[in-house]
Amino acid sequence: MDITKLSAFEMRKKISKKEISSKELVTAHFNRIEEVEKNINAFITLNKEEALKTAEKVDEKIKNGEQIGLLAGLPIGVKDNIVTKDLRTTCGSKMLENFIPPYDATVVTRIKEADGIIMGKTNMDEFAMGSSTETSYFGPTKNPIDTERVPGGSSGGSAAAVKSGEVALALGTDTGGSIRQPASYCDVVGIKPSYGIVSRYGAVSMANTLDQVGVFGRDVRDAVFMLSAITGYDKKDSTSFNNPEGTIIFGSFPEEIDYKDYLKGMKIGLPREFTYEGMDPRINEEITKSIKMFESLGAEIEEISLPHIEYGLAAYYIISTSEISSNLARFDGVKYGYRAKEYNTLDELYINSRTEAFGEEVKRRIMLGTYSLSRGYADDHYKKALKVRTLIKNDFDKAFSKYDIILSPTCPVLPFKLGEKVNDPLAMYMGDLFTVPVNLAGLCSMSIPCGYVEGLPVGLQIIGNRLKEANIIKAGLGFEGGVKNGL
Amino acid sequence: MAYKTIIGLEIHTELMTKTKMFCSCTNAFGGEANTHCCPVCIGLPGALPVINKTAIEYAIRAGIALNCKINTHTRMDRKNYFYSDLVKGYQISQDDIPLCEGGHIEIETEEGTKKVHLERIHIEEDTGKQTHTTEGDTLIDYNRAGVPLIEIVTKPEMNTPEEARQFLENLRSTLKYIEVSDCKMEEGSLRCDVNINIVDSETGNKTNITEIKNLNSFRGAVKAMEYEEKRHIELLQKGENTVKETRRWDEVKGETISMRAKGTVADYRYAPDGDFAEIVLEDSWVDEIKNNLPELPHHKKERFIKDYDLSEYDAGVLTASKDLATFFEETIKYIDDSKLVSNWIMGDVLRRLKDEEIEIQDTKLTPKSLGDLIKIVKDGKINNNTGKKVLKEIFDTGKEPETIIKEQELVQISDEGALKEIVSKVLDENEQSIIDYKNGKDRAIGFLVGQIMKASKGKANPQMVNKMLIEMINER
Repeated sequence: MDITKLSAFEMRKKISKKEISSKELVTAHFNRIEEVEKNINAFITLNKEEALKTAEKVDEKIKNGEQIGLLAGLPIGVKDNIVTKDLRTTCGSKMLENFIPPYDATVVTRIKEADGIIMGKTNMDEFAMGSSTETSYFGPTKNPIDTERVPGGSSGGSAAAVKSGEVALALGTDTGGSIRQPASYCDVVGIKPSYGIVSRYGAVSMANTLDQVGVFGRDVRDAVFMLSAITGYDKKDSTSFNNPEGTIIFGSFPEEIDYKDYLKGMKIGLPREFTYEGMDPRINEEITKSIKMFESLGAEIEEISLPHIEYGLAAYYIISTSEISSNLARFDGVKYGYRAKEYNTLDELYINSRTEAFGEEVKRRIMLGTYSLSRGYADDHYKKALKVRTLIKNDFDKAFSKYDIILSPTCPVLPFKLGEKVNDPLAMYMGDLFTVPVNLAGLCSMSIPCGYVEGLPVGLQIIGNRLKEANIIKAGLGFEGGVKNGL
Repeated sequence: MAYKTIIGLEIHTELMTKTKMFCSCTNAFGGEANTHCCPVCIGLPGALPVINKTAIEYAIRAGIALNCKINTHTRMDRKNYFYSDLVKGYQISQDDIPLCEGGHIEIETEEGTKKVHLERIHIEEDTGKQTHTTEGDTLIDYNRAGVPLIEIVTKPEMNTPEEARQFLENLRSTLKYIEVSDCKMEEGSLRCDVNINIVDSETGNKTNITEIKNLNSFRGAVKAMEYEEKRHIELLQKGENTVKETRRWDEVKGETISMRAKGTVADYRYAPDGDFAEIVLEDSWVDEIKNNLPELPHHKKERFIKDYDLSEYDAGVLTASKDLATFFEETIKYIDDSKLVSNWIMGDVLRRLKDEEIEIQDTKLTPKSLGDLIKIVKDGKINNNTGKKVLKEIFDTGKEPETIIKEQELVQISDEGALKEIVSKVLDENEQSIIDYKNGKDRAIGFLVGQIMKASKGKANPQMVNKMLIEMINER
């Protein structure tokens, strides 16, 4: 038996029953990493020594009959824009190539408190800007399904590591689709939770009103398992929800429940605006098949309209770049990170350090955002985009007053080849069409594998209202049950 | 020709909260460089700010004390600019919705009471501090980064440097009264920038506004304004104008020096800071702050006039500083005679403070020692002049008055027999004075009293001496 192929949930059961030790499990995964990593490049930094030490401690606890945490002994990957104490955190950038944080992000603390094992830091587009993990300073990650293709991004390393069995679970961040799109491309489940239910403390900001930490698992249950370990109020994050609704309880979704019961009577909306000319029709076919299955399992499906969605992508790129321009100002070469060798004045220190250490995509977005916030332009760009954001939120509020979930494709196109779009930013941005409205409205959403086109995976996006994670989890469990049962 | 001076002020005041604005680091002044720091206040990647509720409370207190409207729906914004003392590349501040709006401070002018109106008060974080070494390096200390500040902006409604000085004095007094800031200019907990220009009332010609920075004392601020006033008028008289610029006050040279022209206006690209939820203040909380506001200077003054039967002038002097007013009220607890206490404080105590340029709380005098001293004098144990000597001794040594009196054997001689002996001896030695007195020269009495006091080392009871002296002369 190859234990790296088990679900995290199964691994955890075996650990409880002492059928495997955490050390065995972690060692098996490091062996797997050694085997595949040269082809995948899912990690920027490995944490082998510390991971094995922690695994031994967990085994010790089990041996002594002590209580163990929810994630006890499970090998977990952490996206490299989530800070880890004493473990290098680069954000995929030359700017932070040697940055070792003196503190843990809240989600990392929660993993450690739940006895999870941090295997390493996963690769990503530089500062989470990109949809292919090609903008990483540490080289691109490759899609485990087809290594000539991208794994998606920006959390491509996490998605690929979960798919290839290098870890059982992983953390990602999602600002405009950075969890859901790579989940779709790598054929795994990814959840972007509602804004505010997972602490952002220690997740390096890209666009802080849109960023959200989320999870990857090989099935819905695993993803929910991981999510339940990290949700909940954090007083260090002022935008964190201080509300019991903002906590996911894994036990609310027991295995005993028949998957069919989850979908009965569920009201589902299908937005007619979620399509565009460049959309791959074969993806639509897979999505249509999936919707039929929801129907056959008792869900009620209706077409709905979200009239302002067509401005979503434009508003997203204005708001996110504006926030990026401010959030990335702290990387100035003065206190930490890269500092240029040559400079004569303070301005030169800034300009040279940032010119030398930021990649093209990061610079492009900083410039776009600086422009959008500038006097004389802010009213037409930034402030107008905020208004569009409110309209989009209102559209969703209206829809969710009638429907439990909204379904759409996760991505309009299939995983593309490495290098294919790297010089065409606009084409790259179009890929975010279906995912960005969710972030603009602070909703929760899941990407779940729903079929294949010529061997390449297609993801279905299940969108729920703010704090209504339960709805997307139920929909995901029901749909996944149907797929497993050959429906 | 008549020139009108127009002055507006921008004051930054550090709030004396225990911890910084957005983290739990100490807000203590000084400390070894970069020791009052954490991931939040040095802006490490991933760290997030959480607002200090006490800082908001203090700012609201200031707003209420300065008659502002409190905006119960407000937010934090980012002011984006690059500078090495600024850790995040932006300062967390407030843009179009300040916490407090409007308000005023009253000052006294020759034409009577004048209201100087405020534009706004907003909350923001302080920056780090830079030191330039002689080797040409720049050292940065981030202990101050993230210290809570309020920025108070006035309307350009002051017309003389004296009016501006009064505004600053009243502002400082109020902020100290409500215990939100210690307002120490030398430690930078109160910083003031001046905007000044001149209008020719006849022609309507105006000079361009000069901003003056680097003002380290109120006195310096007044001198700088006077210097600028003169410079602007001289240029107007020559038919010239000032450059719109920022100037620095050089205390040593006694002049302002150009720092930079304000050719292009800086674009701070203000935007809401998404790291905070909208700030919504409960009306009940604002009311609670209002109801618990410490007594303001003018209220205290009125109360002193009423409760302690003091003159308006005396009450004004005693309440100008909160510490002095508190000292006065504490002293009364030891000697229930407000008039007498007021006289002592207004006289010898304030003189001493003025001579040494110190504040009451920086001396060795305590309400108890002053109260005890006044009581001892009132009871006739020592006389008034000896009392003054004892007060000086308390200021110098901090000893209790009883101790000083005992050590220096200052107890007044009120024993009739002992006094008689001294008087008799002095009369024996000054027969001429007795003759002078009997010939109608009243001055002679003064001389004789002086001799008696000298002989008694100042300890003789003056009332008894006066009475006894006349009787004994008449007996001779």
